[in-house]
Amino acid sequence: MAAVTTPSERVDPIAKGAPADAIMVVDEIVKRFESPDGVLTAVDHVSLTVAPGEFLGVIGPSGCGKSTLFNIMGGLLDGYEGTVKVAGDVVRGPHPAIGMIFQEESTFPWRNVLDNVAFPLEIEGVPKGQRYERARHFVRLVGLDGFERRYPAELSGGMRQRVSMARTLAAEPKILLMDEPFAALDEQTRLLLGDKVLQIQQELKQTTLLITHNITEAVQLSDRIVVMTYRPGKVKRIVDINLPRPRTSEIVSSEAFGRYVAQIWNDLREEASRGLQEQESQRLREGESR
Amino acid sequence: MSAASLASNRYVPPALGLGSFVVVIALVELLIRVGLINRFIVPLPSEIVAAFPRVIVEEDVLQRFLLTAGEAFSASILVTVFGVAGGVLLYRYHLLRLATETWVAAVAAAPLVLMYPLYLVIFGRSALTIVMMGFSAGLAPIILKTLEGLMGTRRVLINVGRSFNLTSSQQFWKILFPAALPTIFVGLRLGLIFSLINIVGVEFLINFGGLGQLINELAERYDLPGTYAAICFVILVSVCVFIIMERLEQWLRPAN
Repeated sequence: MAAVTTPSERVDPIAKGAPADAIMVVDEIVKRFESPDGVLTAVDHVSLTVAPGEFLGVIGPSGCGKSTLFNIMGGLLDGYEGTVKVAGDVVRGPHPAIGMIFQEESTFPWRNVLDNVAFPLEIEGVPKGQRYERARHFVRLVGLDGFERRYPAELSGGMRQRVSMARTLAAEPKILLMDEPFAALDEQTRLLLGDKVLQIQQELKQTTLLITHNITEAVQLSDRIVVMTYRPGKVKRIVDINLPRPRTSEIVSSEAFGRYVAQIWNDLREEASRGLQEQESQRLREGESR
Repeated sequence: MSAASLASNRYVPPALGLGSFVVVIALVELLIRVGLINRFIVPLPSEIVAAFPRVIVEEDVLQRFLLTAGEAFSASILVTVFGVAGGVLLYRYHLLRLATETWVAAVAAAPLVLMYPLYLVIFGRSALTIVMMGFSAGLAPIILKTLEGLMGTRRVLINVGRSFNLTSSQQFWKILFPAALPTIFVGLRLGLIFSLINIVGVEFLINFGGLGQLINELAERYDLPGTYAAICFVILVSVCVFIIMERLEQWLRPAN
C-alpha cells in the first residue's frame, strides 16, 4: 500500500520552518469575509509549501475556501492575515512568477488561438514575429497545432481550456496555479486533459498547484495532496502520492490509485457531508426568512 | 437541399431577402390596383419607381442626399466619440454613475426633437442645429450601452488581465474595450437610428435643406410617388451609415 502521511506528521510544515528549497511558501493564511450572518472565516491558518517542480493538489468540498486560497496565492485578493512568498518575495499583488489558469472559460473571444496565446508576450512588448514563433511553440505543446487561426467560439470547451493553459504557459511562469480548470468538462475529456497536463509538466518541469474537488483528478496529477476541511477551510491532512512517474490516465485503473482515492474520500466524506448539511440548513433559513 | 445547407450558401440568404422584398412590393401593387389599399394614401410602387428619375433630375436630390448624409456622418462621429467617452466615464467613476445614470436613461426616452426651437436660438437656422439635434438624440443610448458593455465584462477576463499584471490602460484597451464592443455597437446602432430620425425630422421642421425638406415640399405638393421616392433616399443614407458601422465592427472584432 502506498504511504499516506498522517496529519500530525505533515500538517504544519511552516511552524518547523519551510524547506530551504521551497519555491512557494504559504504561511498562516487567514481570510475573513463580512456576510449578512456576521463574519465568515473562509480560510483559517492555512500553511503549505511547494517545492520546485512539484505538482501539489489542494482538494476540499465546495465552500471550503479553495478558490479564496487560489486568489490569495495569485495575488488577486488582499485583506488577509499571513504571508505568501514566491522564491523569497512576499506576494502583494499579481506576481510575474505566478501564472494562473481559471475555472471559468477565460479565452478572449475576440482573439484567435494564436493571438490569445501570444497575449502575455504582446504585453511584455516582444516583437510580433518573435512572439508568434513562441506562441506557436505553446500551441503545439497543448496539441492545438492547426487551430492557430480559429476563434474560441469555433473550439470545444476542452480546446478552449487548453488555449488558456498555453496562454498562461507562454508567460513562462515559475509556478502554475490552476483553479479547477477542467470542472466544466466531461469525465473523459477531463482524464485526457489530465494526460496533457502531466505531459506538459514533465516536459517543462513546471511547479504546479492544482485546486480541485475531483479526487481522481487530484490523485492522477499530484505528487502531494492537501486535503482541506469544510468551512472554515483548514489543512486537514497532506497525503503523499507515491505513484510512479511519468504517469498517464491509465494509472486510474491501478490498485494503488484506487487505494489513494479511497483514503482521500475517507478524509473528505465527513467534510463534504458537513458542507452539504450546512448548505441545506442555509437554504431552509433563507426560505423561511422569505 | 436542406434549409441548413441553403443558409450556409453565400448567395441564397441575400437572394431570398431580395426575392421576399420584390414579392411584398408586387403584393402591395396588386392590393392597390384591386382597391384594397387606397391609392391616395399609398401610391403604386410602380409610380414610385417611375418618380425616381424626376426626383433625381428636378429636385436636386444628389445635393440634398449629400447634405443629409454629411449631417448624419458628422452627428455619428460626435455621438460615437462623446457617447463612448461618456459611458467610460460613468464606468470609471462610481459616484458619477450613481448620480447621473437615471438622468441619462430619462434623456434616452425623451422626445428631444421638441427642443428644436431652443437649438435654433442657440445655433441659428443652419446645418449645425440639425447636427446638434442628431447628436443630442443619439448620445444617451450610446452612453448607456457602453456602460452596460463595460460593466458586463466577465470577471474572469478582468482577472486574467490582473494575473498578467496589466496596467489600467492596458486593462482597458486590451480587455474591457474589446469585451464591451458588441454591446457598444448595439448602442451605436440605436444612437445612429435616433440621430438620423432627428436629423431628417428637423430638416423637415425647419425647412433648411436636405432630404427632410424635400419630403416636406413633395408632401405639400401632394406628390405622393415623389415623397416615397425621397423617403427611399433617406433609407439609402441609413444603409450607408450601417454599412460603415458593420465594416468598422468587423475590423475591430473580426471574430464576430
